[in-house]
Amino acid sequence: MDAEASRFAVAERTPSPSSGGGAGIKIRGLAHSYGDLRALEDLDLEAAPGAVLGLVGPSGCGKSTLLELVAGLQEPTTGEIEVDGSGDAAGRLAHCAFMPQRDLLLPWLSAIDNAALALRNRGVSRGEARRRAAAPFARLGLAGFEQARPAELSGGMRQRVAFLRTLVAEKPVLLLDEPFASLDAITRGEAQQWLGRALRTDPRTVVLVTHDVEEALYLSDRVAVLSSRPGQVVDELSAPAPRAADRDAAITDPDFIAARERAMRALRGSPAR
Amino acid sequence: MKRWLLPTIALAGLIGLWQVAASSGALANLLNVDDFLAPSPAEIASSIWENRTLLAENAWVTIKEIVLGFACGVAAGLAFAVALRLSDTLRRALYPLIVASQAIPIIVFSPILLVWFGFGIGPKLVVVALICFFPIAVNTFDGLRSVDPEATKMMRTLDASRWQILWRVEAPSALPQAFTGARIAATFAPIAAIFGEWVGANTELGGLGVVIRQDSALLETARMFAAAAILTAIALILYGLVTLAERRIVTWR
Repeated sequence: MDAEASRFAVAERTPSPSSGGGAGIKIRGLAHSYGDLRALEDLDLEAAPGAVLGLVGPSGCGKSTLLELVAGLQEPTTGEIEVDGSGDAAGRLAHCAFMPQRDLLLPWLSAIDNAALALRNRGVSRGEARRRAAAPFARLGLAGFEQARPAELSGGMRQRVAFLRTLVAEKPVLLLDEPFASLDAITRGEAQQWLGRALRTDPRTVVLVTHDVEEALYLSDRVAVLSSRPGQVVDELSAPAPRAADRDAAITDPDFIAARERAMRALRGSPAR
Repeated sequence: MKRWLLPTIALAGLIGLWQVAASSGALANLLNVDDFLAPSPAEIASSIWENRTLLAENAWVTIKEIVLGFACGVAAGLAFAVALRLSDTLRRALYPLIVASQAIPIIVFSPILLVWFGFGIGPKLVVVALICFFPIAVNTFDGLRSVDPEATKMMRTLDASRWQILWRVEAPSALPQAFTGARIAATFAPIAAIFGEWVGANTELGGLGVVIRQDSALLETARMFAAAAILTAIALILYGLVTLAERRIVTWR
């Protein structure tokens, strides 16, 4: 508890924790089982400070489990996970903010209060928390919707508020669990653009779990392809143009298409090149 | 408005039918009893007016029992649900017992409660509170634990303490179910109060249950029905107040 509190203090003193190096993630020899069920096996992954690591894999490959392990919500059966040098669960928890697959906005709170939730949990007054959430809120195009209840927002806007809630937590590491899975194709494309923009202006170390190879390749610096259970890395590739300002150009570039083909082949279980 | 229309017409029709059957003597003939044992709605209404002082005094006693007992049951039920949610050991030890204990007809313990708590308002409060306690405790607890586990994980990474998760996420999402429990409790509370009065009939203390019991012995049928009608009105008002409170508090549904 004290260790956690002091880690916060560090995060609080550094307004933009990731700007100067920030937290990297190192995963070594990781395996995790639930009883007899082996969820993850023999994983080695790394994300440099401020880099986005994309994870794609079939349903049930343990991607969500991996996020929970990184977040310090559980301890792995074997192996090591380090977030910014912290190996223990409490330390990792203090460094990570988690965005669940469904937005899980609290329906009784206004949009701005949902975005400011982490600050309120830390004891920041309501007014101060709203004030601190206001600038990123407007940057994501939500100005004017501060007082709206989640039920009054569109699916795309709800995801933006959910992302803001993660961002405003002011943690160096963001863990995004299929953040746009519930959106239609057009809204998802827009969502990838605003997320790319947000990470360009306010870089954080991100682990992005998704079903969508294109989404992973556009938003990430490196993409790891996982096999079905037990999840293992079957291929790892560098993205050609991470978070490029012109998404349409980026995703139609031949290098991008080649990378996408390779990732798709790895996903389908063909041997990687 | 539309919602009320059909039940109101149905109620008016039933009362009208009863009025015709009773005033023509058909009801008494059918039941093979004297006329005064099958009073008409008009006779009951005039009995309410004639006995208004007596009925008001006794209704006030019953209302106090209902409201205080209900409040105690709600407070205890909510506290119990929170305790079970916070302690897994407590939950595993007590939750099965609580669910099973709903099968106990608490009413039958009323006589012994009288012996324990005397003939004052005490045993009536205990009966009402116990009856209210179970639906509130069980419904609130089910509401608290039906919270999405993902929401709890998210809150933990947003630096929430156990209390903050309870207060900011679990409690608000449990409110609709807690209110369902409160509505069930509100319908049972008046019956429980009447039963407490019935068993522990204390003519000095009074209460609608005492009036009903005496009048049924005295064959004052019209006044007995009058007391029952007032009790029904109290139950409906309590139910309405709980529903109103829910609408004011649970604004996001």
